[in-house]
Amino acid sequence: MKEIILIAIAAIFVENFVLSKFLGICPFLGVSKKTSTAVGMGGAIIFVITISSLVTWPIYEYLLKPYDLTYLRTIVFILVIAALVQLVETVMKKFMPPLYRALGIYLPLITTNCAVLGSALLIVEREYTLAKAVVFGFASAVGFTLALVLFSGVRERIETNDIPPAFQGLPITLVAAALVSVAFFGFQGLFGI
Amino acid sequence: MGAILIPVAIVSGLGLVFGIILSYASVKFEVKGDDRTEKVREALPGANCGACGFTGCDNYAEAIVNGAEINLCPVGGSELVTRLSEIMGVEAQIGEKTVARVMCNGSWDKVTVKFDYDGIIDCRSAATMAGGPSSCVYGCVGMGSCKKVCAFDAIVVENGLTRIDEKKCSGCGKCVAECPKMIIKMVPSKSEYSVACSNEEKGAVARKNCTVACIACRKCVKECPVGAISIINQRAVIDPVKCENCGACIKVCPTTAIMKYKGHM
Repeated sequence: MKEIILIAIAAIFVENFVLSKFLGICPFLGVSKKTSTAVGMGGAIIFVITISSLVTWPIYEYLLKPYDLTYLRTIVFILVIAALVQLVETVMKKFMPPLYRALGIYLPLITTNCAVLGSALLIVEREYTLAKAVVFGFASAVGFTLALVLFSGVRERIETNDIPPAFQGLPITLVAAALVSVAFFGFQGLFGI
Repeated sequence: MGAILIPVAIVSGLGLVFGIILSYASVKFEVKGDDRTEKVREALPGANCGACGFTGCDNYAEAIVNGAEINLCPVGGSELVTRLSEIMGVEAQIGEKTVARVMCNGSWDKVTVKFDYDGIIDCRSAATMAGGPSSCVYGCVGMGSCKKVCAFDAIVVENGLTRIDEKKCSGCGKCVAECPKMIIKMVPSKSEYSVACSNEEKGAVARKNCTVACIACRKCVKECPVGAISIINQRAVIDPVKCENCGACIKVCPTTAIMKYKGHM
């Protein structure tokens, strides 16, 4: 139990996907303009990564490992995730229209998101059990959401500031992202992780 | 041989399985969308002005399919209503086409300019300073706030006075809500004559502030053969419903406050 809690805390703060591992930078910069869209994207990411950890783990463990095909994991995981997101979208449209409308365009966008693939690959690399894999997937997605929402707050402040013309737009955003990332490095070494 | 065949079989097998699951799911969980929504959406003007009371054309299209009135879009006019009734198979009354009209003719050369305004270019902002730079506090401020909200490029601001091109005006009424002086009025597009003045001061004061102000002399009221003109709050107002566009009033107006608008900018 203690180990699972540690995995969760580590995944959220110490090994934050965006700010420490630099995964999923595209949505991090793309949808962090407003806090509301950041929350929407975060919700979709949490949903998809948790389910994809749950599905990719058995496929890796019971299909790829016995046949010694672990080198195929990247392509198989992409296949699985893409199919999964599509399936989730279809089912959600039928049974949870409000949630479907809330997540909107973000759901299909996640199909090709490297944070989702990265999470699945990290899980098999670390040889987690199924429970740990799901917790790791969920927690790292929460970490992603946290970074996204925090950074959208920073960007909303940047909007109103007087920035030199050369730095306006993406340059100042990247500088701000670097500073937020530096702040998260303060968690390094927490609990001896 | 097996080293190649097994991976190929597994990956294509996975693909096949997912393909079957997905195609099954798409049939099983199919959500029947109404194909009329798209047709209605195509028929709508697509300016997303919100004049119908819905947030944008997409939402109105959805609402129409769900049973909303089809004559709420003032932009498309009667042509649109005809098309929508074809798509939806329902009848609807065609509302009269209306256009926005600025009830003021006080450009900078006709009024006295009280001070040089150097603030934000916005009517509301300018109007808070002693009623704006124009000596007539009832008239057009001329900063073009209405121009900014017009989705149809129908408004021009010249020499401190707003003019609406009635050929381009769709009657969405956004400018009416924007004007801090409330001098933009919706009138039926067939109406040709209006009193281009909103000044409610007494004749002498109004005339002092603006050379084309209505001074409430009542000449037009007496001249009008159908009794469409009345004096309300020290100025003449033409009732566009009664008015028959004869133009008798414009000939007697001493200050040229009454203007002919048909196609006029």
